[in-house]
Amino acid sequence: MSTPLTATVPAIAPATRPATGFRRRALRLRSFVLGAALSLLVLGAALLSLLWTPWSAYDIDVASKLHPPSAAHWLGTDVLGRDIVSLLLVGARSTILVGVIAVGIGLTFGVCLGLIAAARKGWTEELIMRMSDFTFAFPAVLSAIMLAAVAGPGMVTSITAIGIFQIPTFVRVTRGSANAVWAREFVLAARAAGKGKFRITIEHVLPNILSILIVQATIQFALAILAEAALSYLGLGTQPPQPSWGRMLNDAQTLLFQSPMLAVYPGAAIAIAVLGLNLLGDGLRDLLDPRLARER
Amino acid sequence: MSVFVLRRILTLVATLFAASLIIFLVLDALPGNAAQMLMGADASPDAVRALTVKLGLDQPLAWRYLLWIKGMAVGDLGNSYVYGTPVAGLIAERLVLTIPLAIMSMSITVVLALAAGIYTAANHNKIGDVGVMSLTQIGIALPNFWFAILLILLFAVKLQLLSAGGFAGWDDGIWPGVKSLLLPAISLSVVQAAILARVTRSAVLEVLREDFVRTARAKGLGKREVLWRHVLRNAMIPVMTVMGLQFANLLAGTIVIENVFYLPGLGRLIFQSIANRDLIVVRNCVMLLAAMVVIVNFVVDVLYAFIDPRIKVANL
Repeated sequence: MSTPLTATVPAIAPATRPATGFRRRALRLRSFVLGAALSLLVLGAALLSLLWTPWSAYDIDVASKLHPPSAAHWLGTDVLGRDIVSLLLVGARSTILVGVIAVGIGLTFGVCLGLIAAARKGWTEELIMRMSDFTFAFPAVLSAIMLAAVAGPGMVTSITAIGIFQIPTFVRVTRGSANAVWAREFVLAARAAGKGKFRITIEHVLPNILSILIVQATIQFALAILAEAALSYLGLGTQPPQPSWGRMLNDAQTLLFQSPMLAVYPGAAIAIAVLGLNLLGDGLRDLLDPRLARER
Repeated sequence: MSVFVLRRILTLVATLFAASLIIFLVLDALPGNAAQMLMGADASPDAVRALTVKLGLDQPLAWRYLLWIKGMAVGDLGNSYVYGTPVAGLIAERLVLTIPLAIMSMSITVVLALAAGIYTAANHNKIGDVGVMSLTQIGIALPNFWFAILLILLFAVKLQLLSAGGFAGWDDGIWPGVKSLLLPAISLSVVQAAILARVTRSAVLEVLREDFVRTARAKGLGKREVLWRHVLRNAMIPVMTVMGLQFANLLAGTIVIENVFYLPGLGRLIFQSIANRDLIVVRNCVMLLAAMVVIVNFVVDVLYAFIDPRIKVANL
């Protein structure tokens, strides 16, 4: 569970030098291409699992437990005889589902609050910002633990906890970039033309910060995947028999001495998904808004 | 300075109160009756009522909240619903592990991150920079508990150098304890170090571009001297902000990592308490963790003002 860094590093003045030089541009493009490819791989796995898996990811067949990789089971079977490839494919689905909903929660509430803070200023802004600072004191694992203690563990618990933790990051990013738009001349012109704060927010501010929000959402998606994996590993997230990568790691840990590879696959899947999204976010940042491209 | 610090202290106290209120409301107001949860759905109403009275849960909500706050002020956190022993004692036992673990991993994080960040900034766009930065990209993507499992696979299963889990305690001297915390600390710090290294690198690069650096170089100072004497101090502000925020992740991370290594720390205590429905322990542990996060960020805020006097002016 890493920090939502991109948002919280205090604003260092953006690099004034535009990115030049063939090598650097190519490097950036390469990270974008690699990121998009890895993200599509995970998305493709999730979509494929809706149509087809080599074996059922739910049927238990203890007789064929812990099989090594073979032509029938490409990566072998787990302790309940389930096919690892099928589990990984269906696990991608849970991962993406939790990520999409959690980021959706963070994005919806965070962007609204951030836009309000930037438009209203004064004590409203102060209140919203203090509240979002405060929410940072409760990392997703901590709120998930509280929720699990009263409502029981499960996918809803983990989605809610991750979603809440995502809100402050979006509040900060939205407010910061919205404030910058509010200071621009065309907003002044719009105000002079008699447009209200709400209309300016919808017509001018939001479209101008959209690319920043897309980049941030990509990175937050990666963080949500890490959080979901950790919560499922702890048994607070996705519950069996629904396969999830975090859960698979938990199961595998008891068998480290017999079948060490079982602990390698699900973790690699998580790492690929997160790496892909992070690279994609970096690449998108450079492509959508070259001014934002920092020295990386 | 004093006004600045005073304001920060007031914010700190207000934040702690808000945190305590939310934790209390979520854990004690929402679930209905803790006694019912402890005894299960089949318990007779009389037995549940008796336990409710015994645990003091029949008192009004506001009164129970005030009692808790008062208890925290004097160090009496009440008794565990399950063990019947004082919660303060339970937590203290566990902190003996969790605090050294947090300190160890924060130290490893800072050393690794500053070394990598400064090295890459000084060798900007050279092969070493690109290599280390690619490594950090991978480091950020690793789930820390998976990295922990991989470390166990390597050091405990294959090489059999370290144990796969458990805590040796501090009774036989420092080394056995440190040894059993070594893998957990490393797995906690790798991800954090990768993030912090990237922050350090971009902060140093940012400062290297400032006019005063050119002036210092023009004055005849060597590259190395400028870096150590002028650049680092100025680059520390963003680095420290992130360090403060990372501390929160580190504490949250201990909950996960303690479970990977079966370490009897605070994280595992919270976890067992959830399983046992011991809400009073959960409440106090969550409060403690949230308070640590808030206080660390407060300290970072105040430290800024010492490192960069411009900040307090901006905040007044």
